[in-house]
Amino acid sequence: MKAQTNSIAKREERHFFFFISPWLLGFLIFTLYPMIFSVILVFTNMDMTDSGKFIGFANIIRAFVQDPLFYKSLLNTLYFVLVSVPVSLILAFLIALLLNQKIRGVGFFRTSFYIPYITSGVAVTLLWGWIFNAQYGLINYSLSLFGISGPSWLSDTKWAMPAIIIMGVWTIGNSIIITLAGLQDIPEQLYESAEIDGANGLVKVMRITLPLVTPTLYFNLIMGIIGGFQIFMQPYILTEGGPSYATYTYMMHIYNHGFKYSEMGYASTLAWLLFIVIMIITQIVNRTSKYWVYYDN
Amino acid sequence: MDTYYKSKRTGDLIRYSLSYVVLIICAGIFIFPFLWMLSTAFKIPSEAYTLPPKLFPRTFTLDNFIEGWKYADFTRYTLNTLTVTLLATLGTVLSASFVAYGFARFKSRYNNLLFTAVLATLMLPSQVTLVPTYLLFTKMGWLDTLKPLIVPSFFGGGAFNIFLLRQFFRSIPKDLDEAAYIDGANAFQIYYKILLPAIKPALITVALMSITFHWNDYMSPLIYLNSDQNFTLAIGLQFFQNSFGSSQIQMLMAVSLITVIPVLILFFVGQRHFVQGITMTGIKG
Repeated sequence: MKAQTNSIAKREERHFFFFISPWLLGFLIFTLYPMIFSVILVFTNMDMTDSGKFIGFANIIRAFVQDPLFYKSLLNTLYFVLVSVPVSLILAFLIALLLNQKIRGVGFFRTSFYIPYITSGVAVTLLWGWIFNAQYGLINYSLSLFGISGPSWLSDTKWAMPAIIIMGVWTIGNSIIITLAGLQDIPEQLYESAEIDGANGLVKVMRITLPLVTPTLYFNLIMGIIGGFQIFMQPYILTEGGPSYATYTYMMHIYNHGFKYSEMGYASTLAWLLFIVIMIITQIVNRTSKYWVYYDN
Repeated sequence: MDTYYKSKRTGDLIRYSLSYVVLIICAGIFIFPFLWMLSTAFKIPSEAYTLPPKLFPRTFTLDNFIEGWKYADFTRYTLNTLTVTLLATLGTVLSASFVAYGFARFKSRYNNLLFTAVLATLMLPSQVTLVPTYLLFTKMGWLDTLKPLIVPSFFGGGAFNIFLLRQFFRSIPKDLDEAAYIDGANAFQIYYKILLPAIKPALITVALMSITFHWNDYMSPLIYLNSDQNFTLAIGLQFFQNSFGSSQIQMLMAVSLITVIPVLILFFVGQRHFVQGITMTGIKG
């Protein structure tokens, strides 16, 4: 009997490893090995032609002491994250709130908000380049109807980043639908009993809806931060980081060093520094979560 | 009492109408850029660069589509993009469901530990592994081929998809497996003949998300592809823009529109599955 259970356990174990083997191989080849290799690269000056020498902490020192673009790109990226993440979060919440009123045509609205997200790629980025066109662009034309003469957006050092942020906020469809799903999970009875107690609309939103949807907002916030720090395509295609590095993001800095100047060691150093920055910020958010995120238990 | 209800009802009506107005304005802002793309794509050059801009072109033309498509080898780019998208999606669906089945159904003292590793890779930003992975593919001689964009999908199909499908497998009663097992089916047959059909909606969700991801993907093609014959649409479009700047916007918008349409069609056909997928994303949080 014992031998039999033993053989069943062995068979289970064999099956387990058989079925997860594609992932396990992939994990070893495409995650673990590159991660270890990437840590080693931090301490070398490897490039595409030369396997490089051990250079100690020189790459790290270079980032902090000799590379003004390290700070510039980090600050630009922080600017993007600090504006686009909260704006997206609040806007997605407000739109989801409006959609959650059992109104007719929810499907139509959901589609309208989701399409920009699902199509976001080079084509849509080029479309925005045209919309922000200083002379013939839709935005400056709309502003001119109100008597405002719009800036030259993507070629203006002050307005290029806001333009990139506007593009980013336009793709909040995903957060809207996640938030809407969160809102729909809130039990109807809570609102009913609040109404009996005489609560009005605003009180219900502030006392019931907002607290109960905080886990979803927290999820959107963390994903927004992680995604925001990796902003690359829009500025790379539309401005190549300009004008005068106004939209030069951190991911672009990694890309340039890794794939344009072929400085694999330095690019890996930059990548790990970004990882640390993201970890610190998400950890801070995580620490604050106990003060504002509501959990059932 | 009567007046209370009446005032409450008018209040509701006002709130309702106000919400509608705000929602319609917002939806308009989200959709209008696409209408603008559509309109520009059908304009003759002189009309594309005119103030005030017109939503409806006075002279409709299809030249932009024909000329733009011919300007670069967009047919080739489309075939490359289709190859990557379809094969990578096949790999994602097959391997993610295969692995998820392993995690969902078989006991092992390593099950929890390895599943934690799956979840940990969700949090790892991709740029950390970018450079070494690039070096790996270079050493394998895969640079400037479509392989780096396809092959990794066959090795697990992405942590999130494994997570999602494992949840679905676990929602199916194990009696089903056991009955089949007694009838003489082996573990692979149970996976292939019984469980895969049972989680079909989830597989469709995973497939749709994978298709849109690979269709729109920019970073990997940018890094791995160098020669024109291997470009995907994303890189081809960027190449097109680099050679024209914003001087041939009507052609650029026409070609862009063509590349966006397949995703739009896919979305309208599979809307339900998309929404289900995103909702599942939220539950994870």
